[in-house]
Amino acid sequence: MKVANAKQAQEDQDYHRVLCEFLFQLADDELTLGHRDSEWLGLSPDIEGDVAFSSIAQDEVGHAVFYFDLLHELGEKNPDQLAFARPLTERRNATLLERENGDFAYSIVRHYLYDVFDSCRLEAIEQSSYQPLAQGAIKIRREEYYHRLHMSAYLNRLGQAGGEAKKRLEKAIHDIWPEIGGLFCWGEYENKLFEYGIISISVKELQERWIMQVKSTLLKAGLPWPGDWPKVKRDGRKGEHSPDLAKLLSTMSEVYQSDPSARW
Amino acid sequence: MNQEEMFMKRIKQGEKIEATDWMPDEYRQLLIKLIHMHAVSEIMGAYPEKEWVPKAPSLRRKLAIMAKVQDEMGHGQLLLRIVEDLVYPLGKKREDLIEDIYYHRVKFHNVFHMEARTWADAGLIGWLVDGAAIINQAALLSTSYGPYARVLKRICAEESFHMQHGENIILTLAMGTAKQKQMLQDSLNYWWESLLFFFGPKEVTPAAERMIHYRIRTLTNEQLRQKFFDKYIPRIHSIGLTIPDPHLKYDTEKKCWVYTEPDWKKFSEIVKKNNGPKSRERIELRRQAHEGGRWVRQAMLCKPVG
Repeated sequence: MKVANAKQAQEDQDYHRVLCEFLFQLADDELTLGHRDSEWLGLSPDIEGDVAFSSIAQDEVGHAVFYFDLLHELGEKNPDQLAFARPLTERRNATLLERENGDFAYSIVRHYLYDVFDSCRLEAIEQSSYQPLAQGAIKIRREEYYHRLHMSAYLNRLGQAGGEAKKRLEKAIHDIWPEIGGLFCWGEYENKLFEYGIISISVKELQERWIMQVKSTLLKAGLPWPGDWPKVKRDGRKGEHSPDLAKLLSTMSEVYQSDPSARW
Repeated sequence: MNQEEMFMKRIKQGEKIEATDWMPDEYRQLLIKLIHMHAVSEIMGAYPEKEWVPKAPSLRRKLAIMAKVQDEMGHGQLLLRIVEDLVYPLGKKREDLIEDIYYHRVKFHNVFHMEARTWADAGLIGWLVDGAAIINQAALLSTSYGPYARVLKRICAEESFHMQHGENIILTLAMGTAKQKQMLQDSLNYWWESLLFFFGPKEVTPAAERMIHYRIRTLTNEQLRQKFFDKYIPRIHSIGLTIPDPHLKYDTEKKCWVYTEPDWKKFSEIVKKNNGPKSRERIELRRQAHEGGRWVRQAMLCKPVG
């Protein structure tokens, strides 16, 4: 099955619905984490780290823009409205990504775990039946490769350094683990995504690939594999979010919402 | 001819001095003072905008302001690298250069001690503060110190993007709703004094005189301020804004702008004593970032296996 463009996608109502739901997950994941990354401005351990976090933030928000553009072509509102004016219950990001940055260890571990997840997910959409998405994924995956490289280098060196650095990483992993499951919840159309070929690899298979990669990185960094994760308390894909996201959205949309009809 | 005379001969011939060349101690000290302050101003300049990066009101603006502030941090990094070379013979390192900020051993530009209160302020910083910085930095392009001249070339190119980024925000507000226009006028009223301060007092200090002697810089504070007026006063008027100075006018005989002197005591209080509205809070953020990140920097020095 190949769907060449938005017009064709709109001809099949069910396909269209499943596709849009998935694009919201992609867009919201990237926007939320990109926003969090940008909060490191002026606070990184060194100036070089500051510049790096900003590059990554721009990449992530840039990817979000790409997905919002696809949604707009598919008949959704304009990208700014989607990014700034949707209520919390319509947000589809995994809850892990909305959490406040915490310390540097938390931010690095979260980013690394997400980057591996995202690269697995992108691998699965490079062959997507929806052509505009497949084409974008190829380009995005090239950028994500460098994020993963950056984060795993930090993880490895901080872990191997031992002492305070290692302790902080262990605490970060401990805090993050209960929310990992949220990355692998893909909403009510999970099976249909695979059936329609919007993703070419099943979520179960993606999860196994993720586990393999993460396990080996943690081992190399001298960090323990925490084992199975619990079922998530809040499923972001269903619009269930923490107060952290409420706060993020109110900050992000403060100026926009002061007059949504104005040009900014 | 002794070493010092040879050095001055090179300067007068317009040659560039390099990091490994012999230089008089005074020349080195003047460069350290100037470039360290410049570097730190770029870094501290991220804080007023930091408050608006998360609030940028569209996806395009969000990407632009992130890139803009990233540039500023990048300039800080490039400039610190130059200072690191200059202070190397004195036994100082990057860590010291950053610590100097919160031990109040280095100053930074007055504008970055001020509060950025609204989105219009964020735009105005890009338009006029970066605009003022370009005037300053463009005048330094001919500096006698080669490494500084080369980095400034890149900085000026990027700053002109920032100015356009700011101008674009400002023009959108200027053509916007009544509320947006009012926000913009308020912003100019708030920043005007700081913009006058930006170039420093009129009198040429002994240090400035020595910098001119060594051709580290070639123009005085007042000359730079007049250049800023020449370029920006007509632009400010053209978008319908009022400059909050009833005495401001162009003196056609003297060929210069006449303006109300700002309160230079206030300037000293802000820049020399770090007593601006946001000085302490931002210096504290810098301290927290540096001290709080020490464990990362130390751990990263360990050599990893595999």
